[in-house]
Amino acid sequence: MKNIDSFNHVRGESRYLDDIPLIQGTLFGVALGASVAHGIIKKLDLSEALALEGIVRIFTDKDITGENQIGGIVPDEPLLADHHVHFSGMPIAFVVAETEEIAREALKKIKVEIEALPVITDPREAQAKGELIVPPRTFRIGDTDAAWQDCAYVFEGKADTNGQEHLYIETQGAYAVPLENGVIKVYSSTQGPTAVQRAVCKVLGVPMHQIEVDVTRLGGGFGGKEDQANTWAALCALATHVLKKPVKYSLHRMEDMAMTGKRHPYSTDFKIGLSRELKILAYEATFFQNAGAAADLSPAVLERTLFHSVNTYFIPNVRVTGNSCRTNLPPNTAFRGFGGPQGMFVIEAAIVKAAESIGVEAAQIQRINLNKTGDEFHYGQIAQSESQACWEKALEIYGFDQMKEAVGAFNKANLLHKKGLALMPVCFGISFTNTMMNHARSLVHVYSDGSVNVSTGAVEMGQGVNTKILQVAAQVFSLNADKIRINSTNTFRIANTSPSAASATADLNGKATLIACTEILKRLKKVASDELKIDAKEIELKNELVLAGGAETGLDWKRLVALAFMKRVALSEHGHYATPEIHFDKTKEKGHPFAYHVYGTAITEVTIDCLRGTYEVDAVKVVHDFGTSMNPVIDKGQIEGGIVQGIGWMTLEELIYDKEGKLKSNALSTYKVPDIYAVPKKIEIDFLQTEQDNLAIFRSKAVGEPPLMYGIGAYFALRNAVKAFNPAAELPFDAPMTAEKVLLGLYAGKY
Amino acid sequence: MLLLDFIRYHQHLTGTKIGCREGDCGACTVLLGELKTELNQESALNYRSVTSCLTPLGNVQGKHVVSIEGINMQELNPIQKAMSDESATQCGFCTPGFIMSLSGFCLSRKEPSPENAIASVDGNICRCTGYKSIERAVACVSDLLKTRDNTEPALFAAEQKILPAYFSGIRERLLKMEAYEFSGKEGSNARFVGGGTDLYVQKHDEMTHASIRFMLEDQSLKGIEIADNKCILGASSTVTDFGENPALQSYFPELKAYIKLISSTPIRNIATIAGNFVNASPIGDLTIFFLALETELELSDGKNVRTIPLRKFHTGYKQLDKRPEEFITRLWFELPFPNSKFNFEKVSKRTHLDIASVNSALSLQLENDAQGNEIISKALLSAGGVGPTPVFLEKTAAFLKGKTPDESLIIDIIKIAQTEIKPISDARGTEVYKRLLLSQLIKAHFLKFFPQLKAEALL
Ligand SMILES: Cc1cc2nc3c(=O)[nH]c(=O)nc-3n(C[C@H](O)[C@H](O)[C@H](O)COP(=O)(O)OP(=O)(O)OC[C@H]3O[C@@H](n4cnc5c(N)ncnc54)[C@H](O)[C@@H]3O)c2cc1C
Ligand code: FES
Ligand code: FES
Repeated sequence: MKNIDSFNHVRGESRYLDDIPLIQGTLFGVALGASVAHGIIKKLDLSEALALEGIVRIFTDKDITGENQIGGIVPDEPLLADHHVHFSGMPIAFVVAETEEIAREALKKIKVEIEALPVITDPREAQAKGELIVPPRTFRIGDTDAAWQDCAYVFEGKADTNGQEHLYIETQGAYAVPLENGVIKVYSSTQGPTAVQRAVCKVLGVPMHQIEVDVTRLGGGFGGKEDQANTWAALCALATHVLKKPVKYSLHRMEDMAMTGKRHPYSTDFKIGLSRELKILAYEATFFQNAGAAADLSPAVLERTLFHSVNTYFIPNVRVTGNSCRTNLPPNTAFRGFGGPQGMFVIEAAIVKAAESIGVEAAQIQRINLNKTGDEFHYGQIAQSESQACWEKALEIYGFDQMKEAVGAFNKANLLHKKGLALMPVCFGISFTNTMMNHARSLVHVYSDGSVNVSTGAVEMGQGVNTKILQVAAQVFSLNADKIRINSTNTFRIANTSPSAASATADLNGKATLIACTEILKRLKKVASDELKIDAKEIELKNELVLAGGAETGLDWKRLVALAFMKRVALSEHGHYATPEIHFDKTKEKGHPFAYHVYGTAITEVTIDCLRGTYEVDAVKVVHDFGTSMNPVIDKGQIEGGIVQGIGWMTLEELIYDKEGKLKSNALSTYKVPDIYAVPKKIEIDFLQTEQDNLAIFRSKAVGEPPLMYGIGAYFALRNAVKAFNPAAELPFDAPMTAEKVLLGLYAGKY
Repeated sequence: MLLLDFIRYHQHLTGTKIGCREGDCGACTVLLGELKTELNQESALNYRSVTSCLTPLGNVQGKHVVSIEGINMQELNPIQKAMSDESATQCGFCTPGFIMSLSGFCLSRKEPSPENAIASVDGNICRCTGYKSIERAVACVSDLLKTRDNTEPALFAAEQKILPAYFSGIRERLLKMEAYEFSGKEGSNARFVGGGTDLYVQKHDEMTHASIRFMLEDQSLKGIEIADNKCILGASSTVTDFGENPALQSYFPELKAYIKLISSTPIRNIATIAGNFVNASPIGDLTIFFLALETELELSDGKNVRTIPLRKFHTGYKQLDKRPEEFITRLWFELPFPNSKFNFEKVSKRTHLDIASVNSALSLQLENDAQGNEIISKALLSAGGVGPTPVFLEKTAAFLKGKTPDESLIIDIIKIAQTEIKPISDARGTEVYKRLLLSQLIKAHFLKFFPQLKAEALL
């Protein structure tokens, strides 16, 4: 089934935040961001700005009616800077005017004097100075200290990954509208309506039942709107609360890029030990996560880095430590993969380092160490593994050995172009690692005319979750899709939601929908049974007909619903689902945090131009563990999109902050994401269909995040291609592999 | 006012999206239709895609503006259907832009090959789909046009129900519109605006209330003429006008490939050559291109006219030998002789729709000396991204004169070139990288010209 939004999308009729028709009297807000990354505000002179015609009000921290605090995990993030500025772009004031143009004009007239303080942009420096967001955490299994002596080979090294700008094409924004009795309706482009609701309530000092957050859809989120939509919503709602007028703020791209956090850059030390047979016996890593100026989601992201630090390998002795380091960058946040990719990059780097030093191929080490069902992860969960199945299938169906030979022959025959190959196996855990977040609700109404309305906590942002939820309802009721409507996500309809994140949205909200629909179905069957005087067990709804023992009964869906209504049977249900089996004990760092894991293997082939240092990705060929996909079209789209985003992170996308903590890659002209020519020439995806039971909705495993990590293969393929030209090159593990790094690598030591 | 704001906030047509307001994402793409009269020919209805975020309303005077709402029919049109069927839309925010670019392709006279269809979306960024599904949809779109012979594209699209029926009546409606007279009434301090692709990015706020002199559609500044082995270009020729000129394509066989490296289709459709020179970016592609052709500019202040070599035009970082009231009217250069060679190279972080880290152009004239050896009789070498201005590498070029092109010569001139440049580290690369890159591009020029050279001696 196609994405149910596609009809409106291609006609430009889908409605996003900035498309909502304005209510008369709407005012426009714009935030003033700090121009330095660290300092004390000595003077904030608003007088000239306030004198502009059309300015309504300028809000500063003093105008906040509740608490000046939007921190989610740790309360360390003021909405508007009090006297202390912690990052460049930190909101200092919120200008509200009759038009957006006037508000922007006023921004330039605000005079801020900030006494600059020393700026930290490097996480290692922050750690050395004791600037940690939360105390370090360590996951361990076995005894690495003892294991080193059993190793035939031990290697140490460093691996760095840069951040990544989300670049959702729709920028952040919010529109707050006053209703009666102090209720405010906030339209927000957020993945976390409840997070927005909580932040607004805290800032305004009002109870949650007074704030209605409504989300129709997002023009992309990728994690960037999981927590960071709160700021704009809180600013608009604050202004509405005070002024009793609708207030809207839709960010300009450069504001969005300057003020919001991104994927966390990491710097990591690793140590890996192997037996003579290339079994990895021990692995240690110390992660320095660049959290930015406030916690935001950093501790949770770091936790997932630790969970995924050994990727899909079984290693008996592991000790991994994570430091979440406070720097003067915008608070970094969730981004597809949520710290997992950063962890996996390091173990892959360690394997490559070992392979190059020993003189074997990395794939040899990778293959020998893939985990199997029954292996214990370093955090205690026992693997239900498809790792080897994906790997072996990929090698076989894509003819990896022939690919390797062809690449070798090409490299022998060509001087000005070289090819590189890499394999990237992936294992990604599904569930919020914070167990308490793994629950969801769905409100299903069957109207007396037989049409159905479903509301859940899921936010549609292109991942197709609404389509999947509709499929659930359609399947349970055996109804045509056109009878079912999926509502906007609204905190007055569905309360206390978890954000649409962790790839778990369809599972959680789909299961809640399944529960609600099944309950209604049960009641309907009872009605039919009473009416037809046939045992309810015999009754079945199929293609909108009521069947008994497989035969038509004269009753159809519409009549059955009407009948139920007349009999005063409840045609609505609020389903609640909480993932069973999962638990995690943070005092021991052990447990069973994931409902299941998703596995896969990608083969990546690249070609570099050895004269110019430019490159192309020839192909990415994947075997991916789908369980039993409930929507192959949408799932394939998620995989293709994830791969390209992952490759972008590993190649083109270069986040550049200067020493003063200012973003230099601050627009689309300087921060390059893949365009249609930059993507792999070929992407092939093969479905590993498995029949085992799992906790996914209809056994259709989550697919949002895992594919992003296939992109890591591009980094190592490029590295191999550079080495084919310049075997002596010493290439640090430092992603992304930009054209600059490729060229400098090709000629390293040559001039 | 910009066309985008007019469409969204005055006409309340919200299908046209905003992703960047800088011409870099394509979410705001719309089409402009106009009647174009070529010499002695019936006027042809011509559509091109443009980024509405950089298009001042003044530049759409007398034109048919098509936003996504203007191509919707009762059912999905086949372009929309292809995008929907191939699941080429996820969050949907980029989608109207893609649809408009593809509609523009269906309305253009480009050969309906899949490559050309893909090229039409070279200015559209999609962050969700990974483009593979879009590629599949785009292939369906080029198939739609297979049976088009010489029918006017707009008529064909209307007949085939690719676009709404009203497109068949647009020619008549445009003919009835009053001709746009270039008024010239602006104040003396009016800003010259060509396509606006630099101005509205760099000086967006300043432009809101500026008095403007619109150059893009000023017919006296348009036209490409070839005479006496000379090419004369109107200052407001767009990159597209230049790149698609058949005569120039025959003089520069790789012209299409060079042009493909410059911005994107909707930007090239409005970006002018004069704008590139006057913007004075040290990495302006056209500037680098024309520098190696010894281009001359003609400047006018409305009364006095003077000419100046492009080489002398850029006097310092964003400094020009030009008084504020002067504008470029025309430029010209000698066309390459049969025995001369020209090449343009550009490397950027992303190959397409990106500003160069370093770019360079080289033209060589060759002759045989008394012994019958091929020698370089004249060389012109330019490079961008390696100094505060576009650089003409005078010493390097001088050294080449009279020499036989061989490996050692290339090694020698690279050393000289390195003394003529002063790159700095910035978002487009470190100094070390830019220095290495220029050396590599010089090698690339020569390896293209003289494939018999031994590459291994150069690497
Ligand atoms: C997304 C994007 C991508 C781009 N990519 C590239 C690229 O790859 N390579 C590249 O080189 N450039 C690129 N550019 C820059 C720009 O498109 C070019 O420099 C273009 O040629 C500018 O022309 P314009 O007509 O749009 O200039 P405008 O913005 O209209 O004007 C630029 C300057 O020229 C002046 N001007 C215009 N016409 C005249 C005239 N006749 N006489 C005197 N002054 C005049 C204006 O007053 C202004 O100062 C890109 C721009 C964008 C937005
Ligand atoms: S809004 Fe991005 S190109 Fe116009
Ligand atoms: S579908 Fe989301 S940006 Fe293209």
